[in-house]
Amino acid sequence: MLQTARLLRESGVLGINERNAEFIMRLNPRHFFPRVDDKAITKALAIEAGMPVPELYGSIASQAEVRHFSDIVADRESFVVKPACGSGGDGIVVVTGRSKRKAASYRLANGLLITGNEIEHHISNVVGGQYSLSGNPDTALIEYCVQFDPLFADVSYQGVPDIRVIVYRGYPVMSMVRLPTRNSDGKANLHQGAVGAGIDLSTGRTLRGVLGNDVVDEHPDTGALISGLYIPQWDFILQASARSYEVTGLGYVGVDIVIDRSQGPMILEMNARPGLNIQIANGCGILRRVRRIDEIFDPTADPITRARVARQEFSAEVQGALALE
Amino acid sequence: MTTRYVLVLAGILTLIGLAMFVYKWQVLGLPVDDNQETPTWTVETTIGFESGPGSISVNLQIPTLTPGFATLDEFSVSRNFAFGLNYVGADREAQWTVRRADGSQTLYYRIIVYADPDNDQSDITPPLPIPPSINEPLRTAVEMIVADVSEHSADAASFTAVLLRQINTPSPNPNIELLLAEATTKAAVVRQITTVLASARIPARIIHGIPLQDQQRQVQPVPWLEIHDGDRWRYFNPDTAIEGLPDNFLIWWRGSEPLVRVEGGSSVETNFAVQRNLIDTVAIAENRADVRQSRLIDFSLFSLPIKTQAVYGVLLMIPIGALIITIMRNVIGIDTFGTFMPVLIALAFRETQLVSGIVLFTFLVALGLSIRFLLERLRLLLVPRLSAVLIVVVLLMLITSIITHQLGLEMGLSVALFPMVIIAMTIERMSVLWEERGASEAMRAGLGSMIVAILAYLVMGMSWLEHLIFTFPELLLIILAVVLLLGRYTGYRVSELKRFKALIAPK
Repeated sequence: MLQTARLLRESGVLGINERNAEFIMRLNPRHFFPRVDDKAITKALAIEAGMPVPELYGSIASQAEVRHFSDIVADRESFVVKPACGSGGDGIVVVTGRSKRKAASYRLANGLLITGNEIEHHISNVVGGQYSLSGNPDTALIEYCVQFDPLFADVSYQGVPDIRVIVYRGYPVMSMVRLPTRNSDGKANLHQGAVGAGIDLSTGRTLRGVLGNDVVDEHPDTGALISGLYIPQWDFILQASARSYEVTGLGYVGVDIVIDRSQGPMILEMNARPGLNIQIANGCGILRRVRRIDEIFDPTADPITRARVARQEFSAEVQGALALE
Repeated sequence: MTTRYVLVLAGILTLIGLAMFVYKWQVLGLPVDDNQETPTWTVETTIGFESGPGSISVNLQIPTLTPGFATLDEFSVSRNFAFGLNYVGADREAQWTVRRADGSQTLYYRIIVYADPDNDQSDITPPLPIPPSINEPLRTAVEMIVADVSEHSADAASFTAVLLRQINTPSPNPNIELLLAEATTKAAVVRQITTVLASARIPARIIHGIPLQDQQRQVQPVPWLEIHDGDRWRYFNPDTAIEGLPDNFLIWWRGSEPLVRVEGGSSVETNFAVQRNLIDTVAIAENRADVRQSRLIDFSLFSLPIKTQAVYGVLLMIPIGALIITIMRNVIGIDTFGTFMPVLIALAFRETQLVSGIVLFTFLVALGLSIRFLLERLRLLLVPRLSAVLIVVVLLMLITSIITHQLGLEMGLSVALFPMVIIAMTIERMSVLWEERGASEAMRAGLGSMIVAILAYLVMGMSWLEHLIFTFPELLLIILAVVLLLGRYTGYRVSELKRFKALIAPK
């Protein structure tokens, strides 16, 4: 057991205790947490900084406003309901269209029909705080439903794949794409059953996929090859992620990005406690990259420079990620 | 930097905790083991006499300095008599007085002592005795004995030993025969010996002790010889000349005064009874702390009312449970519902017993979960739904108790001891987890909580640990130090070793 721990340490694998004590507590001042925990604030800050985000249709902050729901989505064909202070993708409802035959009835991403009443009940649960991190009353955000890029059509099952970039002191250090599966119910969360695939930071190309703790080469539902995909507008994605350092003030943050068919990459949310599975998806510990950033950290560098440095420093080959074939 | 502060703080806490623990353990003698009892001896003196016409005053010699024993308690029982203690020199006397009494009277004096090898208070150094004025022909005999014994001895102790041996030979020389001619009792013999020793200018006196043996009803004081060698008091067996006190020998009084003096009464009878008891060592330690004027024990839990003590007996185990949770979550990496819910479940298990507790808890949560899923269809708001679940839980507990009671299963009654809010919260969290992450995830967290709760129950139920923490609450400081250190533990969790195993870089 101690042997395994030593080997993991040598491989630069970050454990959850160390993440909490050394990264989150040291680099992420608690008073900055609301900036990422409350997605309404994140969105406002991101817009201010010129980062692209999905358009906000409206927000519902109290039970009395729940009935305004149908007005907010009156002329919208598709939309997403999410709790402003949710965690791990819980409480998100994706409506992709409306029923042709039944009025006030919506079609979910998984094809099921849902009535307006049911959505309103869900919203009132959200407002009641069922999905919020602290259990306090929350706000439900209703926003633009991302039309995902056809690039990912073969490797995701109902739902929007998203790209997670870990940004350490403003430098992107590791990245992965999360592909929804049937098991994950269209959600792009690894612990809900989505497939994760590491991304080579220098090229923007996907590495092998990981489902749970197993390596998978093909998407479990579609059978398409996961590795070798090139993420479009990779430079832009890295730059937008790097900008999160100035926007949030957090030194260790996970930035979630989706790629919209027409509007390109958009920041979906940020996370002050990003998970550690990204190491499994990349087949590589994160600590070596973090230490490299500590060596070359330049407080004056702007986000574009930092993104470029990250591309130079962290290629899959250089950092010893598992080779493709 | 922070780590260093934590290390220093943890070190200080450990040091304070350990120091207090060791002091209370080693110096005050608080027992580390559970159920440790110390034998105590209860010696009761009964004085019976016929009261005369006038006022009555009874004086009884009572123990003052008792090498090898410490006094736990003493008291007297005496109807109508006024009781007081007199200090006569270094000795003590119990005194009962009454203006008028009729018929036969009985007075009791009782003392409770325990063996305490540390109790070695010895008397002051006496002045050299003046040679006693003895009438002829005894005077010449004593002088010859002293001269004879001096020839065969080197110092006070050997003088005494030689003298005692000469006295106890089957055929003593004529001088000794003369000396002991009128000594009919053993006490009288010892008194004559002290006279000889005084002539040799050796401070000596007779002491009277009670041999402590269990269940003795008729004990009479045994005379013993005590001499001072210029440095300390030494004891001699007047019969065998062997130095030392017998085992379990409680020195009752010193000197040649009678044990009891009764003025205004007649037909005095004195008797000693000895009884051995076992008493909680804690009581002894309290007494010892009292003697040493240590305030530490005044602030211990034993000074609280018994009921409150019982509450703290349980409360003090919660830090142990918290420690287990900390280790399980941060070092092992087991998921639980809520942070301290397993500890609360473990506390409930203490009341219900483990097996029936697990059965009942699982049963209640399972039943509650199914009803919670029914409620889900009603689309209730969060707080009313939580309240509804809580009410359902109470009803379920009630029904469980009634049904199991009807079936003759008494274990069902203990269901009422579960903290129902905890059950309601468990059900709610589990159902949310169930819906969002799937049944397997919910089961995993549920099982994790149960495992941690069982472990916490088993550890918190160790009676020696409970005793240890209750007697030495300062040990909690050490637990606090451990928790603080765990707070800076940045190593891998055991569960992560498996999770990240594939990431070990090939060499």
